[in-house]
Amino acid sequence: MRDAPGTRDYDWWLLAILAAICALGVLEIYSATHGSSLAGMHTKQLRWLALGTILMFILSRVDYHLIMDQSLILYLVCIAALVAVLLLGNVRFGAKRWIPLMGQMFQVSELAKLIIIIVLARFFTEVRSDKLDLRDLIKAGLLVGVPLVLILKQPDLGTALVLVPLLFVGAFLAGLQWQHTAAIVLVGAMLVGAVFYPPVSKHILKPYQRERITSFLHPEEDAKGSGYQLLQSKIAVGSGGFWGKGFGNGSQNQLGYIPVRYSDFIMSAWAEEQGFKGVLLALGLYMALLLRLVQNAQRAKDRAGMFLVMGVAATLGFHILVNVAMVIGAMPVTGIPLPLMSYGGSATLFVFMAIGLVMNVRLRRFVN
Amino acid sequence: MSFSFGSDNRLPQARLAVVSYIIVGMIGVLLLGFWKLQVIDSDQYGQMAERNRVRSIPIIAPRGRMLDRDGRVLVDNRPSFSVLLLRDDPSLVEKSLGPVADGLGLSVDDLRDQLDATKALPKFQPIVIKPEASPADVAFIESHRADIPVLEMLSVSRRRYLPGGFMSHASGYVGEVSEQQIEASNGKLRPGDVVGKAGLERQYNDILMGTDGMRRVIVNSVGKEVDHLSQQDPIPGKQIQLTIDYDLQTVAEQSLGARPGAVVALDPRTGEVLAMVSRPTPDPNDFAVRISKEEWKQLNDDPLRPLFNRAVQAQLAPGSVFKIVTATAMLEDHNPPESFTTFCPGYGTFYGRQFKCWVYSSKKGPTSHGVMNLHQAVLHSCDVFFYTAGMKMGIDRLSYYGDKFGIGHKTGIDLPSEESGLMPSEQWVERVFHRKWYPGETISVSIGQGAVTTTPVQLARMIGGIASGGVFKQPHLLKGAASVKEERVAISEPTIEKITDAMYGVMNEPGGTGGQLKLAGIEFSGKSGTAQVIGYDTRAKLGKQKKFEDNGWFVGYAPKRDPEIVVAVLVQEGGGLHGGESAGPVVRDIVKAYYDKKMKKTQGQITADNSKPTPQNGTPAALLAPRTAVIKEEESAGRAAPVQNQR
Repeated sequence: MRDAPGTRDYDWWLLAILAAICALGVLEIYSATHGSSLAGMHTKQLRWLALGTILMFILSRVDYHLIMDQSLILYLVCIAALVAVLLLGNVRFGAKRWIPLMGQMFQVSELAKLIIIIVLARFFTEVRSDKLDLRDLIKAGLLVGVPLVLILKQPDLGTALVLVPLLFVGAFLAGLQWQHTAAIVLVGAMLVGAVFYPPVSKHILKPYQRERITSFLHPEEDAKGSGYQLLQSKIAVGSGGFWGKGFGNGSQNQLGYIPVRYSDFIMSAWAEEQGFKGVLLALGLYMALLLRLVQNAQRAKDRAGMFLVMGVAATLGFHILVNVAMVIGAMPVTGIPLPLMSYGGSATLFVFMAIGLVMNVRLRRFVN
Repeated sequence: MSFSFGSDNRLPQARLAVVSYIIVGMIGVLLLGFWKLQVIDSDQYGQMAERNRVRSIPIIAPRGRMLDRDGRVLVDNRPSFSVLLLRDDPSLVEKSLGPVADGLGLSVDDLRDQLDATKALPKFQPIVIKPEASPADVAFIESHRADIPVLEMLSVSRRRYLPGGFMSHASGYVGEVSEQQIEASNGKLRPGDVVGKAGLERQYNDILMGTDGMRRVIVNSVGKEVDHLSQQDPIPGKQIQLTIDYDLQTVAEQSLGARPGAVVALDPRTGEVLAMVSRPTPDPNDFAVRISKEEWKQLNDDPLRPLFNRAVQAQLAPGSVFKIVTATAMLEDHNPPESFTTFCPGYGTFYGRQFKCWVYSSKKGPTSHGVMNLHQAVLHSCDVFFYTAGMKMGIDRLSYYGDKFGIGHKTGIDLPSEESGLMPSEQWVERVFHRKWYPGETISVSIGQGAVTTTPVQLARMIGGIASGGVFKQPHLLKGAASVKEERVAISEPTIEKITDAMYGVMNEPGGTGGQLKLAGIEFSGKSGTAQVIGYDTRAKLGKQKKFEDNGWFVGYAPKRDPEIVVAVLVQEGGGLHGGESAGPVVRDIVKAYYDKKMKKTQGQITADNSKPTPQNGTPAALLAPRTAVIKEEESAGRAAPVQNQR
């Protein structure tokens, strides 16, 4: 019943957009690191991209229904891995996020995101109604809640936060009722308020997280910390102007004023050197990518496929929003990379595997 | 196991569309954010990026050197490092204060005070927080460039004075510019600039001080210099040549030794200052670098006032040196007539009060001078003669001549904070004390006691001027000064003849108070003075406590008429010696050195005329070589201690 689809069924437009974004990323990684001790990072990134492409292809070939059939096992593996990383993981940059695998350090939470997308898609597919009732909503919440708490424990606030819009978008498409939406928005607002309100936040946030919040609200009080990072990022972006300073000519970038300019703040480096026109190109590509994902969801054969694709879209969209908003100083530093442009092994592989799932759905839209 | 993917596969198209709109809206909002930063506020951020990147580091212009009259270096510069605090980022500065204070051994409060004081300056201008960086400071700054990026080092040239406080009161010293000086400079001076604070450094600051340059460099985020943009070279200050003769200055320094007092040696023909010493002296090298508040307070609170330039600031009773004024007044006014004599029994009674002659209280016990005429009275410094003469002529005439000879007026020497001294008069007591002049006061004034006060430089100018026939040149330290003022006081030739004869007699006739100072082959003349800090009677009551000892004066010159050199020496707390004994030998040493050098020079010229390749005596050539001056001084500094015993 499920014939192997042909290559012409791949979403070549999506792949073209993907390739374009990755090209911008590799260029800017090169510009940000050449001539420094980090030189050669762009070739490493190219290797990750190649590996990601292979994984994407593999993942697109296995029928997503088969993958979703294994949701329970995947979920358990995910929880076990998250617990393992807490118990055995390597501490880097003050957080237990990494486990060594084949000589590389991998962030388990990236894999967890992928699994949660699959598990949630399966869960919402099984809700066979146009309306999502409260009981199902709570169940979905619990399903996401367990790994979320485990990721928070690492601590990795950024990745944990990604699971929230994933849940919300899924629930919304599964027929979330307006009164529940209102309630969730209210709770969300209260949570955000609590995070920004010191008397409460000191009970729920780690000191470094509170520091980031404080320095976001009062960057001038935090000279060399994340407030400084945000300020330097804004200076880089703003000084780029409309036309940019030119490739390899951004003083904020080249002189190292932009923090982790090849990774989390790569958009800052890009915006400085390429200016508003470059930003227009990059954000235009990201918008095309997201809209293309939604289009794929719209054309999916079934609800399962749609949930899968929209899970990917929600995750990537949230990454883009939080990262880019941080670069322009509109959000605190959360440590969320910019998908496909930021340097990073685990994160790159995650995005390609997620796109693999999307391809998977697309390849099977006409089947049956 | 399997779950069914169900038959109900209707997709929520409407909600998917909502998500699309949300995506477009999200990207739109983000683009608006970029538009604001990159288009609307672009200039502001551009400037901030530029400020990040470009650092302006001043290049300090070296101050001009000071040379002696023969071109030998008296004041020089040496290279050093200062620590700068970069203030571009106030919050960063605030954060770094603690570590900076710890690392450099400064106090946070002091740093804060400095920051407050420089608040009005543009932020890109760094301030000097430690003028003299030690090797440890340099290491600290280098190793903390990344975490304390607000520190920078500045290569500066520091003043180097000859050691041991050599000529320190004349040269003065430099220091950080004060707020008042900045205000008075019309924007020429900026906080942190080093300017002359005293002495010649201050007087000729505008010549000595150059114009600082500026280096613009590119620094990376950890403060490391990565590129060089532009450089504005500093304009060094100009050097000045002084009238000081290093050799005479050395003799003066050594001869006065550590005793509190002052020396001024002038060439009365030109007004050139050949030597100037004041004791005690600080070492200006100690505060060529910033001086701490405590050290400064200590220097200022020292009862001996080491910062005080006694040569131009000490206003003291001239004692018997003033008798030259009284004598000149008497001869010029013929009142009392020249033939006037008086009998000195060791004391005299005037206006119902007994005034003693110094001879009555001398170490040999109560004695007397007997019958004295003017010439003898100058020789013996007989008080009773001048009491009587002064009483006869009255305060008006004394005051007239004292005033003519410059007492109570600044000499106009090119040093800041010169004092004027005081020539009392009837008008003066009326103006200041609102009372009549007591005739008894005239008696004291006639021998240079009472309210009359003079500075050493005033006395040198006065005696030199009288011996030059009434031509008073403005004393000055700058060689080749453009307009040297001259005052001419009409004194009749016979008067000058008699006065100079008498002053020659002080050294060269039996019984003269300077008899032991006679120099063979030189017409060495002069007048001693011993000014009592308190009256003889009170002293007798209190016993000889050091505190109440006399100020010993001696003003000597040579030759007898139209002198080439006049030297005024003040020795305070002279150990029971009168001026001829305490100050006299210092004058003689200097005058002797002057003539010795003159002799050698003449010989040297003869040698040169004979065109012998090597001088007969190696000294003159060595003396004229500029750099040797410094080495020579270090040697003499080593010998300075035993000099005290020479007196």
